[in-house]
Amino acid sequence: MKKHLNTLYVTTQNAYLHKEGQSVVVNVEKEARLRIPVHTLDGIVCFGAVSMSPFLMHHCAENHVAVSFLSEYGKFLARIQGPVSGNVLLRREQYRVADIPERAADIARHILIGKIANARAVLRRAMRDHGDNRELKTAECRTTQYLRRLESPMLIEELRGNEGEAAASYFSAFPQLVTVKSEAFQFSGRNRRPPTDPVNAMLSFAYTLLVHDCRSALEGVGLDPCVGFLHSDRPGRPSLALDLMEEFRAFLADRVVLSLINRRQIQAKDFNDSAGGAVTMSDSARRTLLGAWQKRKQEEITHPYLEEKCKIGLLPHLQAQLLVRYLRGDLEAYPPFIWR
Amino acid sequence: MLVLITYDVSTLNKAGQRRLSRIAKTCLDYGQRVQNSVFECLVEPAQWTSLRAELLRLYSPEEDSLRFYFLGKNWENRVEHHGTKETLNLESGTLII
Repeated sequence: MKKHLNTLYVTTQNAYLHKEGQSVVVNVEKEARLRIPVHTLDGIVCFGAVSMSPFLMHHCAENHVAVSFLSEYGKFLARIQGPVSGNVLLRREQYRVADIPERAADIARHILIGKIANARAVLRRAMRDHGDNRELKTAECRTTQYLRRLESPMLIEELRGNEGEAAASYFSAFPQLVTVKSEAFQFSGRNRRPPTDPVNAMLSFAYTLLVHDCRSALEGVGLDPCVGFLHSDRPGRPSLALDLMEEFRAFLADRVVLSLINRRQIQAKDFNDSAGGAVTMSDSARRTLLGAWQKRKQEEITHPYLEEKCKIGLLPHLQAQLLVRYLRGDLEAYPPFIWR
Repeated sequence: MLVLITYDVSTLNKAGQRRLSRIAKTCLDYGQRVQNSVFECLVEPAQWTSLRAELLRLYSPEEDSLRFYFLGKNWENRVEHHGTKETLNLESGTLII
């Protein structure tokens, strides 16, 4: 089985990354701050004004290290794409399945079962930990209804409608998950591009990290991250990565964000308002979130379907592998990750 | 697994100095320098085979000494650090710069 390797996050502005032997060296103000052999890395994520030597780019591409460039605020800008490797037969099968509406809808349905079940698990855990109230109960009941509906096949449009409604009822209960009584962490629904409150800013940032991880997991197993089943094709959009991350949004991203707020590790002063209503995270808040993100990925759980112990960071990769097995015809249906 | 590599390379002549720098560079390709001639390398068995072969090709059996300590998979319980030159845990540390 693939090992879960570390990801290097570079947030220091004007840092320069280059290759020395087989190692990645991070220079800040002409001083080497870090030196790590490339084989211990799975990905490099650069934020803002971070540059990289072309030789290191080549080296990363050859060694299957996913390199992403994000803006200082975590918006995806570019990535380095190495030679397309992996199995052409597998990719062709992926495209074929994506072109058959019933089969694409079947995968999408299973992904949504995972997504909604995990959202419900987050709600249920809140009910257990902080006592239930009406909002949580209503949202929990509704998500259960949507899950039941998903038991029978549906057209892709119906699925998308169902997803929207389920997400809306989940997010309507989301304010109940924030236990800190603070004006700043009031949440009145999901918004983005740009996010206009601290909670949304953190969620958007965490989702960007999740896309990076899902995309490299898909590339790692030889799938095309741009051809999805639930998300339709659009130039430049990693639709399959977006599909894959659905199962992990609540379980991974939302919970990291919530625990940072609820444990007061991130506070109202960690955010900056900018003209136009956008809210951005401060440097230190971004680092806190990255640190919590990495730590969560190191935690071990037992995969519910494979019944194998693994690190949380490896989950996207394992799900990508299960998707491959389904596309190859080794599995009857795609088994989504459902948190127990 | 973690392998600790230590060496003593004779630097009495030019050839020795060249060997020293080559051996150090090779170790850096696979791990991190924890003290002057001490390296911790986090490697898979296949990587270890090639690292070992490379080092054995570079060193001079008559003049130098090379020692490998195998700390295995659960090396974290076997290593304790005090003082300066704090090192990174490449496997599970948070690499945020």
